[in-house]
Amino acid sequence: MNQEMFTINNLWMMVATILVFIMHLGFASLEAGLTRAKNTVNILFKNTIIPAIGLLTYAFIGFNLMYPGDAFIGSFFGLTGVGISLPEGWNTSAYNEGYTFFTDFIFQAMFAATAATIVSGAVAERVKLGPFIFFSILYVGIIYPIVGMWKWGGGFLDTLATPFYDFAGSTIVHSVGGWGALVGAFLLGPRIGKYTEKGMSAIPGHNIPMATIGVFLLWFGWFGFNGGSVLTADPGTVSLVFVTTAIAGASGAFGALMASYLKFKTYDITMVLNGILAGLVGITAGADLMSVGESAIIGFIGGTLVVFAVVFFDRIKIDDPVGAISVHLVGGIWGTLAVGLFGDLAGISQVWSQLIGIGIVGAFCFVASWLIFFTMKKTVGIRVDEKEEIEGLDINEHSMRAYPDFTTKD
Amino acid sequence: MKKIEAIIRTSKFQEIYKCIAGLGVKFLSFYEVKGMGLEHARPQTYRGVAFEPSYIPRTKIEIVTTEDLVEPVIHCILTEGKTGEVGDGKIFVSEVLDAYRIRNNDKGEAAL
Repeated sequence: MNQEMFTINNLWMMVATILVFIMHLGFASLEAGLTRAKNTVNILFKNTIIPAIGLLTYAFIGFNLMYPGDAFIGSFFGLTGVGISLPEGWNTSAYNEGYTFFTDFIFQAMFAATAATIVSGAVAERVKLGPFIFFSILYVGIIYPIVGMWKWGGGFLDTLATPFYDFAGSTIVHSVGGWGALVGAFLLGPRIGKYTEKGMSAIPGHNIPMATIGVFLLWFGWFGFNGGSVLTADPGTVSLVFVTTAIAGASGAFGALMASYLKFKTYDITMVLNGILAGLVGITAGADLMSVGESAIIGFIGGTLVVFAVVFFDRIKIDDPVGAISVHLVGGIWGTLAVGLFGDLAGISQVWSQLIGIGIVGAFCFVASWLIFFTMKKTVGIRVDEKEEIEGLDINEHSMRAYPDFTTKD
Repeated sequence: MKKIEAIIRTSKFQEIYKCIAGLGVKFLSFYEVKGMGLEHARPQTYRGVAFEPSYIPRTKIEIVTTEDLVEPVIHCILTEGKTGEVGDGKIFVSEVLDAYRIRNNDKGEAAL
């Protein structure tokens, strides 16, 4: 490998890292926009502290847990130490033809934090800050890298007879976050007033423009999330991934538009925004395998599914203010499965491997999230008290308001 | 001196304001208000759940003026503010006991 190609590859990976970084602002904006004004400081606080947790825990232990090295090929767990230790030739193509050691670390670290950010939306407006931060540390620091190791670190999902395939993390990032979101929202219970004897009430988000900005930032960042997952600047693959990513997001918008219009007879922007994200989550597992037409189908189905999933979770009274479970868990499972149904790897044995991956990752994340949240629920408590929830988390948890110059609704 | 308080359609504010300003009224305040009335709020839908907001948004104009301008001001509001539909608003007129200009202690109508 010549030095020029190595430099170009590495540069692209750093650009992709920056794109993934801005997704955290996307999550922050989306979640703040779809929740009430009285909880805005709280949701922004969580979305600010999570990338910080993600980067620090990934440096401390996550990177090593996720990529423990060749000695742990085919296994469930590996750890060779903590902290960052530079390997021999870390800054040359001897480490990897696509990136230096540090680029590898920072790209993966930026990914790590997104999994916990997914959870914060689903538990919004009622979770206690301290326990949520504690959950995030364990989830991003330990659970996420262990799951990541199973595939990307060369673990047992990567060494199945037909290897499980997850290009950029429909399961490994999005479903991992989605399972945590499901467990968190379930154990917390719905927000006060969401499901009453008279049926379900709407709790409208306070800033739809902010939610829209958030989704566009996420879509923008997704070009790095998927495009960077090529792990080199290979012109053909990166450009293909850009197209499949864009097309899936676009058709996700249309899937949600049509499903929500047929179901509710309104053009609901929040559903279309969720649909775009579901399309993007859906294409993430197979972004390098699909044709343009296949990515359109995957995105469209993802966007359609998200509308039905939102209705379904409301029906079983799991209150998810921003639709995170529908987007990331349902979309993630769909995208992972789609690798067996469409594209270069389609086939029955691939479907089976995808199901194994979905099932094992799901079981592990579900149990792990349950253990963490349930233990805290029985000890320190995970939900703010009723008065605090009604008055808003901002003034009670933070002694601060997001909009001090304006009168806001309780 | 009288105080005229009018709850009007926010969409009619510009026309009413222009009409009143044209009369030579020099002192007027207005603000956003929410409340209930004969009109029902426009139904909304959020993520598949239909709901009716419990209030209607309106603009409130408050004018303290000399006796001679009371009728013309009310005429402005009645003509410019009318659509004929339920929800056009209401006007209230009351006596004002006194007024002061803070800058120079002007008192009564001189303060307006």
